Amino acid sequence: MSNAAALRRTLLYVPGNMPSMLQNIPIFNCDCVFIDLEDAVPLNEKDAARLLVRSFLENYKERNKEIFYRINPLDTEWGFDDLRTVLPALPDGVRLPKADTPEIVERLDTFLTECEENFGIELGTFKIIPSIESAQGVINCIKIAKCSSRVIALAFGAEDYTASMGIERSKTGEELFHARTRVVWAAKAAGIQAIDTIFPDVNDEESFENEVRLSKKLGFTGKSLVNPRQIDIVHKVFAPTKEEIDFALEVIEAILKAREMGTGVISLKGKMIDAPIVKRSSNVLKTAASLGLIDYEISDEVIYGAK
Amino acid sequence: MALNSLGRFVPEVFNGIKRTPYNSAALLTPGGLEYARPVKIVRPGEKKLLSGLREAIIASGLKDGMTIATHHHLRNGDNILNQVVKEIDALGIRNITIASSSVHPVHAEIIPYIKKGVITSLECGVNGPVGEAASKGELDCPIIVRSHGGRARSMMTGEVVVDVAFIGAPCCDEYGNMNGYFGPSACGSLGYSHVDARYAKTVVAVTDNLVPYPVCPVSIPQTCVDFVVQVESLGDPKKIVSTTTRVTKDPIGLMIAKYAAEVIRASGLLKNGFSFQTGAGGTSLAVADNVRRMMLEEKIRGSFGSGGITGYFVDMLEEGLFETLLDVQCFDLRAVESISKNMCHQEISADTYANPFNCGAVVNRLDAVILGATEVDVDFNVNVNTESNGYLLHNTGGHTDTAAGAKLAIIVAPSIRGRLPIILDKVTTVTTPGENIDVIVTERGIAVNSKHEDLKKELIKAKIPVKDIHELRKEITQITGVPRPVEFTDDIIALVEYRDGSIIDTVRRVKE
Repeated sequence: MSNAAALRRTLLYVPGNMPSMLQNIPIFNCDCVFIDLEDAVPLNEKDAARLLVRSFLENYKERNKEIFYRINPLDTEWGFDDLRTVLPALPDGVRLPKADTPEIVERLDTFLTECEENFGIELGTFKIIPSIESAQGVINCIKIAKCSSRVIALAFGAEDYTASMGIERSKTGEELFHARTRVVWAAKAAGIQAIDTIFPDVNDEESFENEVRLSKKLGFTGKSLVNPRQIDIVHKVFAPTKEEIDFALEVIEAILKAREMGTGVISLKGKMIDAPIVKRSSNVLKTAASLGLIDYEISDEVIYGAK
Repeated sequence: MALNSLGRFVPEVFNGIKRTPYNSAALLTPGGLEYARPVKIVRPGEKKLLSGLREAIIASGLKDGMTIATHHHLRNGDNILNQVVKEIDALGIRNITIASSSVHPVHAEIIPYIKKGVITSLECGVNGPVGEAASKGELDCPIIVRSHGGRARSMMTGEVVVDVAFIGAPCCDEYGNMNGYFGPSACGSLGYSHVDARYAKTVVAVTDNLVPYPVCPVSIPQTCVDFVVQVESLGDPKKIVSTTTRVTKDPIGLMIAKYAAEVIRASGLLKNGFSFQTGAGGTSLAVADNVRRMMLEEKIRGSFGSGGITGYFVDMLEEGLFETLLDVQCFDLRAVESISKNMCHQEISADTYANPFNCGAVVNRLDAVILGATEVDVDFNVNVNTESNGYLLHNTGGHTDTAAGAKLAIIVAPSIRGRLPIILDKVTTVTTPGENIDVIVTERGIAVNSKHEDLKKELIKAKIPVKDIHELRKEITQITGVPRPVEFTDDIIALVEYRDGSIIDTVRRVKE
């Protein structure tokens, strides 16, 4: 179900070694999940978790959200086994931890291409979300964002980042400001999505909401989450305003008219409406529809025109 | 044995008494007169204060074969029933029936006295070890499980005659006026014991807080009370009112609560004059929390909250979201504090609350009620009495009464509990008939009783994930598999009464 313009506001971590939580993945209302084989899984459960995740995905046939899974870093003894075991169950993609350099991402890209060839599935099926979670990663993120067409988003990881910097993470996040901004720049420049870090204190909903507001303001379009209770708060903050929805509806109406006239460009109130604006408007409407703010279904044909 | 309308075999005679099989939720029509206890006289100058429980038992004239009762407002902190049973045994009295409003895990202490023949039947539902022991065939002691309203009815009609009621009185004077509001064992409302005070042949007030005459305000008056006994303690105050009734933090519970609140909104009942009841479980409170937010947002002023009252309902009263709380039982300290201070927080009896055979109980005026379940089935029948292991572990409480009375009875339950599916083809035990249940809410979807096609349409319009109950059952079973059914023997350990006294189901001994 992956496509470049998919809504990825809420990306929930689910531990890969807990059947009781995996079984709830279909019912959470987040846009995506990150099934975790890395930090959440103790060393003596790495094998079992991999098999459990594969088995879960094989049985989760009616996928109602994007499924990414976080493998162990490729330079550990588990990383490639995580890929070999789970990829046949066809997740949407991989969240790659410690993506400090473009070379690391390219290594994964190559492996995924081999797998796709072996499976006989379309090349590019598996997406990559690199985790930018060290000083080095922040410096290299501009190249990382562009190093593979599989990279559909950059995910900032503040816990590891602050550790790599030897600093404490605060609830207000001043210490993250520069890194966050750079990750957003890198993502926007590459035309991909920017996903902000987790907020670990599940019980402090007020600080969490403040952080989500900040993320949105900086240009992030999604947030990694550690608990399902955080989902609704992100959706609320990321909800479009009435003005944004009304404008988006006008844009879509205009572009439909343009397509009828056989063109992909039209002017609305004196402003040029072209593909990027249509895409943004379509995202606004998808977000609004997912929140029940409007009753509207939008097809990719609207964005890209009929083939 | 007779087959009742739900397809359950029920005995025609049990514990020597002829029984009526359940036929429909429409209720039997009562006849005859209310039971009346003997006329009393206490002359000026006569005293009621006795030195101890043993003296009170002797003064009450309790003999072999009689029936006693206590209330469960002190819940798992109660020390009265255990003490009374010990004294009865010490006096050599045997073959006693307990007709308390409920029995809790703390009353496991009476098990040896059941085995010894001091206690030989229970005219009340049980929570915990007593039911477990009965389910295992360890006790020879027939049990009749009743709802709160059903208990009030059984005493009003004289089906159950209580010879001596021992009423725990957290605040009492020497002439028997009492309330539950003050003192070290304060429990708030004494709602369940009002019927005991009215119908028991002899009433003994047991207090650990004797105050100068007269107690004010009076919850149960002196005119009903024969004797007053002062004891050191009614029980463990820490367990009398739990202070841990809190909104759940479990994401699944929160999701269920959100759906349940959406169902209430979509039903159209959430408007000025709305009346509402929930239990004290974390998910129920989360529903209340969601409803509260909706009422604040939409500036709705409700009529009343009822039943077991929690601090959440007190907050809603104080915020002006409800005009009144009708309180048969306080669930936490906030509720106890409120009932003692706030005129709009009104104590009500179990009769007023839920008795089907009077001129109309509070449950008849309820718009929406949130209820739990250990199991539900595709016919919407609900089990709250037995667990998946077949043991009789829970009393009915107000479940059946509120489900029958409320316009919208919503069951909230996780779809899977301890690896077991919550929705079955047939529940182990029917507590509340499907006819009285309107909606079942799980995190995997919401099932609407087919008698509510309109509501179903509204819910679909509101984008609430409505599913056919058979589909929902199938979906859940695909995850859990079909559990091996519990095997039972033919021995009936308990009958479950519907509100009107007809027998809705039996509980049998588990084949171990």
